[in-house]
Amino acid sequence: MIYLDNAATTKMKQCVLDEMMPYFTENFGNASAVYSLANKSKFALDKARDRVAALLNTRAERIFFTSGGSESDNWAIMQSVQMMSSKGRHIITTAIEHPAVVNTCRSLEEAGYEVTYLPVDQKGFVTADQVKQAIREDTVLVSVMFANNEIGTIEPIAAIGEVCQEKGVLFHTDAVQAFGQIPIDLSELKVDLLSASSHKIYGPKGVGILYLGPRASGIRSLIHGGSQERNKRAGTENIPAIVGFGKACEIAKETLSQRMQRERELRDYMKQKVLATIPHTTWHGSDGEDRLPGNLNFGFRFVEAESVLILLDQRGIAASSGSACTAGSIDPSHVLIAIGADEDEGRESIRLTLSDETTKEELDECALQLQEIVSMLRSGSLLYEDFLKQNA
Amino acid sequence: MGKKVVVGMSGGVDSSVAAYLLKQQGYEVIGVTMQIWQNEEAACRIEEKGCCGLSAVEDARRVAAVLDIPYYVMNFKHEFRRDVMDYFVEEYKHGRTPNPCIACNRFVKWDALLARSREIGADYIATGHYARIAQNADGRYYIRNSVTAAKDQTYVLYSLTQDQLAHTLMPVGEYEKPMVRKIALEANLPVANKPDSEDICFIPDGDAGAFVDRELGKEAPGPGNYVNMAGEVIGQHKGVTHYTIGQRKGLGIAAGHRIFVTKIDAEQNIVTLGESEDVFTDQLIANDLCYMEQERFDENMEYIAKIRYSDPGSPCKVSYEKAEDGSERLRVNFLKKVRAVTPGQAIVLYHGQAVAGGGVITN
Repeated sequence: MIYLDNAATTKMKQCVLDEMMPYFTENFGNASAVYSLANKSKFALDKARDRVAALLNTRAERIFFTSGGSESDNWAIMQSVQMMSSKGRHIITTAIEHPAVVNTCRSLEEAGYEVTYLPVDQKGFVTADQVKQAIREDTVLVSVMFANNEIGTIEPIAAIGEVCQEKGVLFHTDAVQAFGQIPIDLSELKVDLLSASSHKIYGPKGVGILYLGPRASGIRSLIHGGSQERNKRAGTENIPAIVGFGKACEIAKETLSQRMQRERELRDYMKQKVLATIPHTTWHGSDGEDRLPGNLNFGFRFVEAESVLILLDQRGIAASSGSACTAGSIDPSHVLIAIGADEDEGRESIRLTLSDETTKEELDECALQLQEIVSMLRSGSLLYEDFLKQNA
Repeated sequence: MGKKVVVGMSGGVDSSVAAYLLKQQGYEVIGVTMQIWQNEEAACRIEEKGCCGLSAVEDARRVAAVLDIPYYVMNFKHEFRRDVMDYFVEEYKHGRTPNPCIACNRFVKWDALLARSREIGADYIATGHYARIAQNADGRYYIRNSVTAAKDQTYVLYSLTQDQLAHTLMPVGEYEKPMVRKIALEANLPVANKPDSEDICFIPDGDAGAFVDRELGKEAPGPGNYVNMAGEVIGQHKGVTHYTIGQRKGLGIAAGHRIFVTKIDAEQNIVTLGESEDVFTDQLIANDLCYMEQERFDENMEYIAKIRYSDPGSPCKVSYEKAEDGSERLRVNFLKKVRAVTPGQAIVLYHGQAVAGGGVITN
């Protein structure tokens, strides 16, 4: 199988699994206990926290383990607006956020909050100036994703952070896609809260973090219960997963620059290849350093993504479209609609996301199959026929 | 590898056994569940009722895992909205009583699913319907009653085209329901024991009128007059969208004896009420004609006509005539009067066990 859906999840590294193994059956102690067995868990927890903090260039005590990116997003948004409730009830976010952010904001709207969804340009960018213009007296939180999960656009987080700090508004970023894929230096960035996840960087599923900077350190917990995570996140720590996450962060840090360079080259190679071999193909999103190194997103006009994905699957290639619903079928992508695509184009996008193991040969094979599939599907399309006639 | 077939799977016993039988027969089987619900909330509401809710996806996936076949969910939200829900609302608005299952079969399950299945390289689609596909001496494909008359589902399939029938398989039509259950048990299929439902899947509370009014919003007809057969106003009704021909319950009017809806005039928002015998008629007119076993209906032949899903059928003769707009329509004369001929419903004509064809009742 050729796996090109690494933005959905990644294959865990063997060395990550190796580090996790002792914490299932041997060092299984509850980190909250008194005896020495528990200490092994505590030491493991500390070490993992150090490794995560190192990847973000921040201090370990600002890192809080959660069950993953979605919990971190929910926690960050729900509880930072709660903390700031005396100031107002206005939130600013963008039109292209992940559902974990969008739907949390929607639930707050139902509770009486006002949310501004900033539009993005054709490549998916929001600007610091837009954020500045949107901030009001009663604005309590700005939440802008670090990089988009569908089209890979990297937002100007540094500049937005400056604006937020200047205006005294908390700034959260959903960094699930960017974390471990591009440099994130929290000693430089004016970010108050940051969500990240383990399974996108070759770590185990079911674990993530929320970073809380000094201005956000007072937010309350979302999951109530015991005093784990310094009273901020209750529930017995998932030590094996946390250990694996820590290891994945360590590897990510060591390999970051070489992975970035390699994946960028492969990405640009594949982009050129597909655009050169398949006519009437749209490239969605930006390029160069403003785009996640391993993200490609094409729109093949007159060809529904659903059929392309099924045919790719039957030929042993795992790819994805924009957003899948609960059942796994393809809905028009809200991200593509936000960058100006119409409903049809929203159903035509194919996302390919690379890993550190993706090879040029795999991409060649994928490009070849795409060419065949798209041409086959178009040959049966009346709309495409009409289009060709009109443009003849 | 055998021919490729996409089986529309609901997780229920019929479509699961259909997939199993086809795999046994050497087909390369791909399981597909059609997503037709409009949002996740609606999906939860139709869980228990519909063939296509979220639980259908989970149930079908379990069966696909046991059968070891590829399984996908395909999105038909757009088609279902346009060709079934919007059509349903539009029909009610005009005082007719549509059959959404026929529209779903015609435009979604066949037009759209077959097209999408062909795209992914399938030669056939298959369903768990209790009906059989056969071919007559002229080479025409048609649908026959299943071996289980009690489970017969041919009424909702009359509009399938020759091309669609040529690319459709209905393997459970050869069996009786208890046998189908037995096959599922023997094959260890984890089929869901869902009750067969004749309700409309997108109206879980069963109140079609309220649903239509919600959809119409400001355009909902609102209250109007009940009149008697002589045209005299005898009370107020909730709006024509709440009534169907032959309806007796829920009229909200006390006449001292049983009275029935005999006519619905959407333009003037008037509902006519009459006696039991006023609901009986010996003829109707149908348009939007579809042909299955016969290329054209034979004006000299006697057919059995069903005018609703649960109708056991009545003998009739037919004749062609021209409608005002020049199109061809069918006049159906029943040998004995039939009850509650309802505009919007389909009339299906049977030639022996075969579906000869059908149309939509206009009046």
